Amino acid sequence: MNIDSIRNGVVIDHISAGRGMKLYELLGLDELDVSVAIIKNVVSRKMGKKDIIKIDAELPVNFDLIGYVDPGATVNIIKDGELVEKLDLDMPELLRGVIKCKNPRCISSTEQELEQVFRLTDRKNKVYRCIYCETKAP
Amino acid sequence: MVRSLIDITDLSTGELEELLETAQDIIAHPADYARLCAGKKLATLFFEPSTRTRLSFEAAMYELGGNVLSVTDAASSSAAKGESVADTAKVISCYADIIAMRHPKEGAALVAALNASIPVINAGDGGHCHPTQTLADLLTIRREKGHFDGLTVGLCGDLKFGRTVHSLINALARYENVRFVLISPEELKVPSYVKKEVLQKQGLAYEQTTDLEAAMPELDILYMTRVQRERFFNEEDYLRLKDSYILTPDKLRGAKQDLAILHPLPRVNEISVAIDKDTRACYFKQVLNGKYMRMALILKLLKEAGTL
Repeated sequence: MNIDSIRNGVVIDHISAGRGMKLYELLGLDELDVSVAIIKNVVSRKMGKKDIIKIDAELPVNFDLIGYVDPGATVNIIKDGELVEKLDLDMPELLRGVIKCKNPRCISSTEQELEQVFRLTDRKNKVYRCIYCETKAP
Repeated sequence: MVRSLIDITDLSTGELEELLETAQDIIAHPADYARLCAGKKLATLFFEPSTRTRLSFEAAMYELGGNVLSVTDAASSSAAKGESVADTAKVISCYADIIAMRHPKEGAALVAALNASIPVINAGDGGHCHPTQTLADLLTIRREKGHFDGLTVGLCGDLKFGRTVHSLINALARYENVRFVLISPEELKVPSYVKKEVLQKQGLAYEQTTDLEAAMPELDILYMTRVQRERFFNEEDYLRLKDSYILTPDKLRGAKQDLAILHPLPRVNEISVAIDKDTRACYFKQVLNGKYMRMALILKLLKEAGTL
């Protein structure tokens, strides 16, 4: 399978196999008019299988969202065909504007333009809680 | 951002001790505190009714020599016109020195604190937190028992939705060898996250039971709670469970002579009126203790904000 290499853009690598589509949707890549390749179940020495997303455009990428969905993923920034930056992601302490609190009693369900913020409360079990009502992230 | 009190966990153990000491000093020397807040204003913003909590805050401020701006029915004024909590907090910051706020939505006090330029005290945000109730509970236990370490604390009634119970567990979990006996019907047991993230994390001893009388003899503190109608989506569930645990003189037969019975009030029928005469009943003292702790808290936050 041939996928053109990228001149200027972002490669999200080491995505746990099966999570590529979820990331694609959450990052809103389906709404963009740019070339995006999702490569699923690539054989990986380290992971067995992995997914990769290649975005052929210089876009601001929400690293927090990627870290939340798949903290093991890496992000490579490509400029003029060269790798200029490689980022290992971790679970962010705060998630801003990524997920929405589902608690109908939470102030974020009614307060105008209130930013949705979740805090990492249990790194081991990957638990995020709404900073307002402490409801667990879905 | 100025210091506010949203959740009991915002206070360190040292700060809890400092508030307890101030409150006890206020009790011993009220005249020394009677003018400390002269010229300062507390705004009580209540978006849902709670006469007793509001009056407690107002009495606290008056006894410190301060004044009170009271919005008793905030829900029908600015909020009814669609004003956000954030905007309300900014506006009230222009008039008062400190805010005590109750709101039906969970997290509303935090939103107010993030937007106000003066300290905000959470006087209850839905089913989430009510830290000044916990302060009242702690002062009551301290005054009745003299210490927290080594106590066996029975929590009875609605342990699932009862925010006062979760806050009290959080506060007492910091002390040595406190043991909890969690007494509730199956449907209203302490949520698993409280057990996991507080009790088990701190390695605290606890047991769960549905039998109040069997647990009674070992208790040093019995904290009764009301099964609250407003926390249920379903009226049938409420009616079925509300009378599950009613404390009567009979049930106290096996209790220790120095047991302290607490209740955050208002009581519906979960403690028989006959218990009120028992020297072990501490729930009205608890109300008074709440006022002293609110005085201590107002002083602390105003000092930290540089207002005093």
